[in-house]
Amino acid sequence: MVPLNYYLILSAIVFSIGVVGVLIRRNLIVVLMSIELMLNAVNLTFIAFARHLGSMAGQVAVFFVMAVAAAEAVIGLAIIISVFRQTRTLDPQNMQLLKW
Amino acid sequence: MNAATVIFLILATLLVISSLMVVFLRRVVHCAMALVTALLLIAILFISLQAPMVGVLQVMVYAGAIMVLFLFVIMFLNPGVLEQPSVAWWGLAVVLSVLLGAFLVPLFSQYEPGDNPVTSTELFGSPDVLAKSLFGEFVLPFEIASVLLLVAIIGAVVLAKREHGSDGAA
Repeated sequence: MVPLNYYLILSAIVFSIGVVGVLIRRNLIVVLMSIELMLNAVNLTFIAFARHLGSMAGQVAVFFVMAVAAAEAVIGLAIIISVFRQTRTLDPQNMQLLKW
Repeated sequence: MNAATVIFLILATLLVISSLMVVFLRRVVHCAMALVTALLLIAILFISLQAPMVGVLQVMVYAGAIMVLFLFVIMFLNPGVLEQPSVAWWGLAVVLSVLLGAFLVPLFSQYEPGDNPVTSTELFGSPDVLAKSLFGEFVLPFEIASVLLLVAIIGAVVLAKREHGSDGAA
C-alpha cells in the first residue's frame, strides 16, 4: 500500500502549480482553471486522509467541495462573459474600473 | 517498492506534467484539455484510494459537466489573441510558489501517520456507505449545498442575461 505521505506531497505540488497559474496567467479563464486545479489537490488530501483514518467524513467533504466548485465555476464564467461584453478583453490587468 | 507504489508514481508524474501544462501552455483550449487529463488522473487516484463513488462523480461532474462549461465559454468568447507573458510578475510568482511548495512538502514528509491504517472493509467508499453518511450525519450541510446550487443557478442566469439595448454591440 502506498504511504499517506506520498499523496500529501503530490497534492502539495499540484496545489503550488495551481498557485503559479493564478499568479502569472493573464487570462481569466485559465485563472479559473487553476483554481479548479487547487480545489482538486485539496480533494486528493481529503480522500487520502479518509482512506488512512477509515472515516467516510473525508469523502463527504469532497462531495461538498465538488458542489461548491461547480457553483463557483458557473458564477465565475457568467461574470467572465458579462465582463467580456463590457470590456472586450479577458486580461485582468485591463479591468481597472474600480481602481483609483 | 511494490506494484502499487510504482503505479502511483507513474500517475503522480503524469498528474504533475498535466498540471504544468494547464499553467504554462499558451492556447486556452490546450489548457482545458490538459485540465481534463489532470482531472481524470485524480479520479483514478480516488478509485485507488477506495473511493470509487467519489471517483465516478469526479469524472461526471468535473471532467464532464464543468469542463464542457469551460469549453463552451472558450468557444463563445474565442480568445484568439495570445496573451503576453507578464514578465514583471513572472519571477516573483514562481519564487513565491516554490517557497510555498518548499514549505508544504517537508511539512507533509515529516507528518507521522500514526498507527497503521485502519483495516477497512470491502464496503468502505461504496455508494451505500457514502449515502448513509451523507443523509445521516451530514444531512444539514447537504440541504445547505442544495440552497447554494439554487443561488448559483439564479445568479448565473441573472449575470449572463442580456440587458435590453444598454450594452450596445453585445
